[in-house]
Amino acid sequence: MIQRAVRDSDVIAGSVLAALGVFIINEANKWEYTGFDGPGPGFFPLWYGLAITLLSLWLVIGRLVTLKRQPDTTIDWPGVRRALGTWAIFALSVAVMPWLGFALSFALMSFVMIRVLFAQSTRTALLSALGLATGFYALFPLLLDVPLPVGRLGF
Amino acid sequence: MEVLAGLSHGFGIALQPMNLLWCLAGCVLGTLVGIMPGLGPAAAIAMLMPVTFSMDPTGGIIMLSGIYYGAKYGGSTTSILLNIPGEASSVASCIDGHQMAKKGRAGAALGIAAIASFVAGTFGVVLLTLVAPPIARFALSFSSPEYFALLSLGLALVVLFAGESPLKAALAMLVGLWFTSVGIDLFSAQARFTFGQSALLNGIDFMIVAIGVFAVAEVLGSMQERTDMQLMDVPRGIRNLLPSWEELKACRFAFVNGSLTGFLVGVLPGAGSSISSFIAYAFEKLFSKHPERFGHGAPEGLAAPEAANNADTSGALVPMLTLGLPGGGTTAILLSALVLWGLKPGPMLMQDSPNVFWGLVASMYIGNLMLLLLNLPLVPLFAQALRVPAYVLFPMILGISVVGVFGVAQSMFHIGLLAGFGLLGYAMARLGFPGAPLILGFVLGDGMERALRQSLQMSGGDLGILVSRPIAAGLLIAAVLVLLMPLIGRFNRWRLRSIAENE
Repeated sequence: MIQRAVRDSDVIAGSVLAALGVFIINEANKWEYTGFDGPGPGFFPLWYGLAITLLSLWLVIGRLVTLKRQPDTTIDWPGVRRALGTWAIFALSVAVMPWLGFALSFALMSFVMIRVLFAQSTRTALLSALGLATGFYALFPLLLDVPLPVGRLGF
Repeated sequence: MEVLAGLSHGFGIALQPMNLLWCLAGCVLGTLVGIMPGLGPAAAIAMLMPVTFSMDPTGGIIMLSGIYYGAKYGGSTTSILLNIPGEASSVASCIDGHQMAKKGRAGAALGIAAIASFVAGTFGVVLLTLVAPPIARFALSFSSPEYFALLSLGLALVVLFAGESPLKAALAMLVGLWFTSVGIDLFSAQARFTFGQSALLNGIDFMIVAIGVFAVAEVLGSMQERTDMQLMDVPRGIRNLLPSWEELKACRFAFVNGSLTGFLVGVLPGAGSSISSFIAYAFEKLFSKHPERFGHGAPEGLAAPEAANNADTSGALVPMLTLGLPGGGTTAILLSALVLWGLKPGPMLMQDSPNVFWGLVASMYIGNLMLLLLNLPLVPLFAQALRVPAYVLFPMILGISVVGVFGVAQSMFHIGLLAGFGLLGYAMARLGFPGAPLILGFVLGDGMERALRQSLQMSGGDLGILVSRPIAAGLLIAAVLVLLMPLIGRFNRWRLRSIAENE
């Protein structure tokens, strides 16, 4: 039962949100609640911080009470891995963007996504990634005059 | 007279060649966005908003709104041909639309969807034209307490309607309020929740949250649920796209039902077009002489939800344009676009910016006609967009998201935030937390805090000001009742279950 509760998504989400609520209340307490001009900067955050804490505890407790009656949910782990893999590749491309610039990091991201996650051939992945990066470069900075992040390499 | 004068002024604006072009561009883009599963109008508008910054606000809002209602037209194509909704509001259209296609009536189904969309879209704009001016006039009497109460009611409705769990919707909305507090407090110049980052002193830009929670999260969600699609043949030639006289006759009440239901549900903040389309479908089935045909390719079962999800867009624009109160994610983004252009959505918009208000309303009449003319003969062409492989589409969406955020913030830090919000949006969707309340909390939070603090300044800190004014009191009571409704429902379910167990 405890093991199931610890793995339950609502219990985890509720606990994280309760911690966030406590953090907000703690921060809000450092700021003025009411002053000469009326409510201070701590007024509004304190109230929604309290609401977050109470509602997330309600979520956790409500879930724990009904946990026995709920069927065990199955998680599509391959799907989750695919989604998180996509995010990791995207986040990595964002991290290297200050050095490589948009065009290169975007081309790399597209190549890895197409080759690894979509299991396309290296040739298809390479051509698609280069096509996409070139298309973006032609459309945004050249045609629409919209700036793209520039790296240390100057593009 | 005021309406007629405004509308004729609006047509003068909307019929200018550049505005016609923006309207066409919005309608075409919207149709394509609606057709593409995994790309919704909210994400598309959020991504394209930075491109419109340099545009004239009237042209910009005409184009972005064109994407909004154009997507509703396009969404049905995917529902009918693939049995996959192109966007959330087209889920109900899959039920009978795809069955019609399987029976060899794909052309007629596409035709019925386009005609229903046109009839309801136009009906919705007529109602928007008629009801917006009196609502705006009424809202002119609002002061800070009334605005606080109105925003509270709006957020309460969003919590009630968004997602299966009102508790999770409320939590998402409160997290949105937290995000909006990040940065310098305008009343006291106190930095709040900036974590020592100077880049956060100006707050988090709405675009970053919207693109992250909608566009990036949609890509991640689509990657998880990747399914192989089998596109049915699209009939070519206008004759094959026109429904038979019997089919049209069967749909006549569905057009009216969908139009009315869609508009009325659309006006309610948070209700969303998926709700309106299901309600219209349920009404149609309930009052039908042949309910057994529903689910097996009944034309009226397609016409009602299609009409509803189109009339809903005009309904949703009523509170956004007249009260500054967006009802969903897409209208929240449109509202932010107006604010970024230096306009003030709300009761004064009609007076301060008649070109934008009436130009937009008139462009919607034109846009609906354009969409009908585009969709009937060009459906086979638009359907080709479904052949764009996902391995090209998804990196493209991520790329446009980065370009959109960089266009607004010009900083790598904010692109990092985008990745964070994308992951948050994905996690929220997986855990059953709806994204729209978070976005609305973020958009309305600032105004809500300001209205509350101004109200308390007016009263010297006495909370009684919120309940001593009749309009504010009425709105707050309504908000409390709305929040209590799920509890009553839960109580009822518990009561019924207890009775059943005792028996």
